[in-house]
Amino acid sequence: MDFLRPGDWREALALRAERPGALPIAGGTDVMVEINHGGRRPEALLDLSALAELHALEHEPAGEDPAAPAGRVRLGAAVPYSRVVTELGAELPGLALAARTVGSPQIRNRGSVGGNLGAASPAGDCHPALLASGAEIEAVSVRGTRHIPVDDFYLGVKRNALAPDELIRSVRVPRATGPQQFSKVGPRNAMVIAVCAVAVALHPGRGRVGVGIGSAAPTPVRAREAEEYIAGVLADGDLWERRDPIPPAAARRFAELVAAACSPIDDVRGTAAYRRHAVAVMARRTLGWCWEAHRAGASDPRPEGGAPCA
Amino acid sequence: MRLSCTVNGRRRVADDVWEGESLLYVLRERLGLPGSKNACEQGECGSCTVRLDGVPVCACLVAAGQAEGREVTTVEGLPALAAARAAGADPRPGAGEAAEPMEHAESMEHAGPTDGAGARREGDPPLAPVQRAFIEAGAVQCGFCTPGLLVAADELIERNPGPTDADIREALAGNLCRCTGYEKILDAVRLAAGRAAAGQE
Repeated sequence: MDFLRPGDWREALALRAERPGALPIAGGTDVMVEINHGGRRPEALLDLSALAELHALEHEPAGEDPAAPAGRVRLGAAVPYSRVVTELGAELPGLALAARTVGSPQIRNRGSVGGNLGAASPAGDCHPALLASGAEIEAVSVRGTRHIPVDDFYLGVKRNALAPDELIRSVRVPRATGPQQFSKVGPRNAMVIAVCAVAVALHPGRGRVGVGIGSAAPTPVRAREAEEYIAGVLADGDLWERRDPIPPAAARRFAELVAAACSPIDDVRGTAAYRRHAVAVMARRTLGWCWEAHRAGASDPRPEGGAPCA
Repeated sequence: MRLSCTVNGRRRVADDVWEGESLLYVLRERLGLPGSKNACEQGECGSCTVRLDGVPVCACLVAAGQAEGREVTTVEGLPALAAARAAGADPRPGAGEAAEPMEHAESMEHAGPTDGAGARREGDPPLAPVQRAFIEAGAVQCGFCTPGLLVAADELIERNPGPTDADIREALAGNLCRCTGYEKILDAVRLAAGRAAAGQE
């Protein structure tokens, strides 16, 4: 095995192109587990952990893009979850809430959203929030840069849309323009691989609701039918402006449609039936939390960053 | 490959490091520092918690090569770290790095038994306050989880001398203990934090 330590981003891209068998490693929280347990012996490790570009956190101002009316956060691929939690709670509340549920402090100090995307596990905690927000993945190679919509990024279980010579430079996430929430089911608060998870983001200016589901299908998925249904209910009743409660029957129907977007399996963490049920419950709750925050005029109903750890 | 890094304030070099090896393996098997424990090897248990440039991490999930040129603090370094803090030294990584000569680790073949390598000797700095608190509170039984808990708890108190119970639970959420239960561990951290806060007044 070789240990490749590129001195800068350009060299990293060159090595990626020359050595397609080299496994990129940043925080190591997935890669080292596979190596320690003997399952994986890549011909080389491509260490990205020291590249400044991947640790950059930039704020892009609003431009012409209607999908990002408040601009975007360009989140370097190796920025650890602990920084997402402490620095992005106001701008990307859904992603910050999800990041707070990852592993433990030790894992959050090393693991990153870029790593979550590179691994592309259906249970990755960031994916539902990225789907609900409409993020884009900045994939770079010696050939150039692509901006891949997150909707097109997940291809299968642990498979993503990256070409063999591409590295993730950043994920560009639209800044929140309304309340966002994240909910995850697991046996305890720490060190849990999600049984299933749901993220909801309200986009009041566009009259849209984004919904992402994790760990309940071969890939993370959007709940498009549910998104369109609830957007219609909110528009028809002029609820965005009136800030009236969502009718309970509409919230229930929304939850059913979110559950219908899943195609879960029975596995060691839970049954398919349980996952469908739990996804529906979480969909109703996260929508309710977001809507109550919208009614109260707040953008982040729980600025502390989610449920207390106990 | 060769790995050079600073461990507990001393420049260390290890040779013949396998490229897929973890920092934990290097510390335990090549540098004679068996305090960090090897248990789950997947970041679940926290018994290998060390500080990498000041940040608590699972040493089993850091590739050895990623520690090149960086600063590592293990449980063996807690007394000196606490002493430096008490003396008003800046505990941040890189501040006041010792200019000691490099110490070469013996290769695996020639390394002697590491038994007692972590044992305390005359002239060592006194145990760190968090270590004394664990002893006094009865927070140690088999001791396997203790080094990781000590490193995590010490970092918590350094960062937040007045932690709430929720803060302590969250900071230690990545460290598993399977024998004393957590109540005495929480007692120990409260005790150490209380003393740290009193010392600051």
